[in-house]
Amino acid sequence: MTTLAQPLRVSRWVGGPLLAALAVSLLLAAPIRLLGLPLPEPVTLMVPAFAWAMIRPAAAPAFALLLGGLALEGLWGAPAGLWAISLLAAYLPILVLRNILAAQSPVVLWAWYGLACLLAQLVGWLISAWIAGAPPSLAAAGLQWLATVLLFPLAALLIERFRDADVRFR
Amino acid sequence: MSFRDNPFGEVRLPLLLGAVAACVVALVVAFALLMVDRRQTYQTGAYNALRKASDVVVAPVTGAVAAPVRWAGGVAEGIGGYFFAASENRRLKAELAAARVWRERAIALADENARYRALLGLAVDPPVPMVTGRTVSESRGPYANTRLVNVGAAQGVRVGHPVLSENGLVGRVIGVSSRVSRVLMLTDTASRTPVMIQRTRARAILTGDGGWAPGLAYLRGRDPARVGDLVLTSGDGGVLPRGITVGRVVRGVDGDWRVQLASDSAPIDFVRILLFEDFVKLEDLRALERPAPPPPPTPAPRTDPPAAAVAPAQKSRGAAP
Repeated sequence: MTTLAQPLRVSRWVGGPLLAALAVSLLLAAPIRLLGLPLPEPVTLMVPAFAWAMIRPAAAPAFALLLGGLALEGLWGAPAGLWAISLLAAYLPILVLRNILAAQSPVVLWAWYGLACLLAQLVGWLISAWIAGAPPSLAAAGLQWLATVLLFPLAALLIERFRDADVRFR
Repeated sequence: MSFRDNPFGEVRLPLLLGAVAACVVALVVAFALLMVDRRQTYQTGAYNALRKASDVVVAPVTGAVAAPVRWAGGVAEGIGGYFFAASENRRLKAELAAARVWRERAIALADENARYRALLGLAVDPPVPMVTGRTVSESRGPYANTRLVNVGAAQGVRVGHPVLSENGLVGRVIGVSSRVSRVLMLTDTASRTPVMIQRTRARAILTGDGGWAPGLAYLRGRDPARVGDLVLTSGDGGVLPRGITVGRVVRGVDGDWRVQLASDSAPIDFVRILLFEDFVKLEDLRALERPAPPPPPTPAPRTDPPAAAVAPAQKSRGAAP
């Protein structure tokens, strides 16, 4: 049977979501105001970061997050390394805890996703405060966290799509 | 044995360890990049080739994305203008009447100012050339507030040039490619701008923190600011010209003095980049030593001189042929 134990291609579960997340960030960077309000700026890469940690352990997501973080910094003009470190800092604990989280309900997973986003924001906040010599606005960080947390349904879709794609990790 | 019995269970631990090791390696690389990045420096070389390349790629894409929305916004504005033309006309007539009064005053003051400058022989600032560009990308997050503008080194833009909207100061250029410039907004955590309160002339440093209203740090003096005071650039340090409108003083939720930016009163679409060079950077300092133009004739004093002093003068004038 050819359907048994087929390895999951990295380009499908890592490359595709990475490019999609970066494309969404690129679109949201357009200087557009809708109803007088600027577009939100969520950290779209948190969606694949959380999903990759839940789908299976692998080396590729870490380097994808490094590249994606650097691309995000180029897009936003942030200090190089800031978002790469923040995303990896959120990805690592979820990766270690994936066996515990695997059987949780979507609502509980959403809460864990929120905690992971909070960790990423905390690391970004600390790095930014260290570089600039002054603490960034908590309100601005909170708004970005909220916009990112609202993207969890996309992460759930990604997990659902690829969780059972590799029989070795069912 | 079925697959549910998980015959590959033994490969999980090495894979997890490999993933964690990859994470650690990626973290080390990212931290090293953070250490070598020098985003805040004024050295042009620090804005490395990778950032320039990403700016050149991002600018046309976001510009193309924003174009249809901008076009739709223009259509909606046109429709609104058609339906509200009468009320708009009334408002504009009232504004024009008020502006005429200010125009007369401005002309008189400019004339008086020019005369005083000429009398005192002041070496005034030379006129500052500028280029206009359109913002094609923006970041609004807590850790980076920058914009890409579609003019660059080809139009004479250089690192450090101040950027203005029609309402006030927006930020300054921190990176330049051939046809794209990256602007550090006043709200960015790395932004520090010397400003002064117009009413008291008190100096402060406008400190961005990623929020909507940057703070006023190092504000000194007795009662240096009040809510609503106008904030201008002080020109200290030679980074920015003096007297550019920045915003109005407000009290933050945390009780600190903050500034509501004038540039936030309207969407920042087109911006002007002042090709400003501080005097200390001028290559030809002799330009400042050129003699001032001769003073215009001064009007006669209003107070009448004493009669005793006037009479001989009139006599002597009358005696002259």
